[in-house]
Amino acid sequence: SKTRKNISGKIDDVIRSHRKIDEELFDELEEILITADVGIVSTMKIIENLKEKAKDKNIADPYDIKALLKEEVKNIMLSSVDNNYIKLEPTPSLILVVGVNGVGKTTTIGKLAHNIKISGKSVLLAAGDTFRAAAIDQLMEWGNRANVEVVSHQEGSDPAAVIFDAIKKAKAKNIDVLICDTAGRLHNKSNLMNELNKIFRVVEKEYPEATKEILLVLDATTGQNAINQAKVFKEVSNITGVILTKLDGTAKGGIAIALQAELNLPIKLIGVGEGIEDLQPFDVDIFINSIFE
Amino acid sequence: MIFESLSEKLQNSLDKLRGKGKITEKDLDLALREVRLALLEADVNYKVVKDFISDIKARALGSEVLESLNPGQQVIKIVYDELTNLMGEKEEKLNFSSKPPTIILMCGLQGSGKTTTSGKLAFNLKKQNKRPLLVACDVYRPAAIKQLEVVGEKVGVPVFSMGTNVNPVDIAKAGIEHATKNGNDVVIIDTAGRLHIDTDLMEEIFTIKNVTNPNEILLVLDAMTGQDAVNVAETFNEKLDITGVVLTKMDGDARGGAALSLRSVTHKPIKFVGMGEKLDQLEPFYPDRMASRILGMGDVLGLIEKA
Ligand SMILES: Nc1nc2c(ncn2[C@@H]2O[C@H](COP(=O)(O)OP(=O)(O)OP(=O)(O)O)[C@@H](O)[C@H]2O)c(=O)[nH]1
Ligand SMILES: Nc1nc2c(ncn2[C@@H]2O[C@H](COP(=O)(O)OP(=O)(O)OP(=O)(O)O)[C@@H](O)[C@H]2O)c(=O)[nH]1
Ligand SMILES: [Mg+2]
Ligand SMILES: [Mg+2]
Repeated sequence: SKTRKNISGKIDDVIRSHRKIDEELFDELEEILITADVGIVSTMKIIENLKEKAKDKNIADPYDIKALLKEEVKNIMLSSVDNNYIKLEPTPSLILVVGVNGVGKTTTIGKLAHNIKISGKSVLLAAGDTFRAAAIDQLMEWGNRANVEVVSHQEGSDPAAVIFDAIKKAKAKNIDVLICDTAGRLHNKSNLMNELNKIFRVVEKEYPEATKEILLVLDATTGQNAINQAKVFKEVSNITGVILTKLDGTAKGGIAIALQAELNLPIKLIGVGEGIEDLQPFDVDIFINSIFE
Repeated sequence: MIFESLSEKLQNSLDKLRGKGKITEKDLDLALREVRLALLEADVNYKVVKDFISDIKARALGSEVLESLNPGQQVIKIVYDELTNLMGEKEEKLNFSSKPPTIILMCGLQGSGKTTTSGKLAFNLKKQNKRPLLVACDVYRPAAIKQLEVVGEKVGVPVFSMGTNVNPVDIAKAGIEHATKNGNDVVIIDTAGRLHIDTDLMEEIFTIKNVTNPNEILLVLDAMTGQDAVNVAETFNEKLDITGVVLTKMDGDARGGAALSLRSVTHKPIKFVGMGEKLDQLEPFYPDRMASRILGMGDVLGLIEKA
């Protein structure tokens, strides 16, 4: 895609404008990574390693730096994560979707429901956001679009109770995949994070047999705070992966590197638009290749 | 965490400076490196940081910093002053039209908080004895109209809508006519979230602007926005000549460097900050607080006072 070609193009420009490998070259590479939201800690680490390796390998031609950088990024992304697949087998399975406000949880659930449905599995949705104005109606509309049923209570009711009911229904109807929406919550609000705990307890207690994915949705437009979000959500729950949304914008999604490398969190899906088809699997090789080639 | 130790790091590198008596330009560069990292960690745009640091350096070199007894604190003071300056000076109020209704057009990326902020503004204006009308121009997002209706009901402000099969431009026009007829003196137009690179939707909101001639065009921006904030702010500003910014989700723990980036590329004031999901959680913007927050130093003033 366009945004990623930008990174690669920028790297090429920098390399082309340097005759030798010097501090300035590394500074400019650092700039490219930081402006892609890669994250300060990861960027510094990548550049440090890069410098060392360039020295060890006696690399003198700036042109050879690109391959080395690519290898370095790939290394730190792959060293910490086994795979990037959503695990739905064996069924029944349950996907719980969490994240801060407005990142794209409900929309992603709509897309995911559609995706899983057309793969031949039965899907049920739970309207676990009982707080935000018209959140339930929004999920119902997505249910319509994906042709999937939605379990809901009234606005203001207990979200854990909605999930409880949905699990009961999923069991009764032999549903393959139950996907639960939750209200947006900022990770620094302990009362809201505790509410999430109550939901986790219901899931554990009522659906022990289910294969579980707890997916954190992060907005690719978010900067360094995405790392904080991931850290705190990871502390309160067993986050199994990340969905990175809004990659159709000009944000570069460099945070994916930091998430996998610093927090061992696999990116499982990416959102590339507001339409029902705009959800794609994430693949490290494809991601890196599209940055560097 | 990284930024908890920032003031410590800064203090350390500055203490080293102090011990040396007279410091060199190279010493100064080292201290400014810490400032640079702090700003980058706060998501201030890379280019903005570059310019900012070179301004600071020029100012520091041009003053007596290097000769002074306490160069460290002097540097912090310069950084803090420049940052506060860049943030704007005073609390910025809304522009009202001398001929009502006053039109406020909301714009921004998806999920930034436009609909919620529209409700908050309506609530705010109602408390000032105005008679606002909310106009539902988001015909794309599922249940967007319903959301605005719920929000309107919560704050006791009427909502004008025409469903999802009408062009948003026509809804905006009809909304203003409705306001004029019904004695609403402020019209708040909620629009769909759009990417700044979505040329069709940018054209749409440009047309809404042209037919409604707003007194305020507010860009609603998430305080958590990263390096991309400059692209977003620049493009919306170029297309719409915005009058101000609302920075939302400031109740989170993002340092909010986007605020600095957008100030330096658009020079438009930040008029309000969103401090929560509830409809009374809209606050005025305080440049000095923002400067401390971006630096990640609650104790900035304390440090400077010691200088
Ligand atoms: N451009 C783009 N927009 C997206 C994407 N995913 C979601 N959105 C939009 O982002 C906005 C917020 O999406 P929601 O699904 O309501 O987000 P949420 O996380 O459920 O929000 P809350 O429930 O309020 O916390 C909507 O306007 C969506 O259409 C994406 O991948 N690309
Ligand atoms: N914590 C917090 N949440 C906020 C704030 N402002 C808005 N939100 C939340 O952010 C999410 C998105 O807000 P909306 O008002 O729907 O955003 P929008 O820009 O209208 O979204 P689209 O119409 O989909 O583009 C909701 O969950 C809001 O409750 C704020 O200041 N603080
Ligand atoms: Mg939602
Ligand atoms: Mg909206």
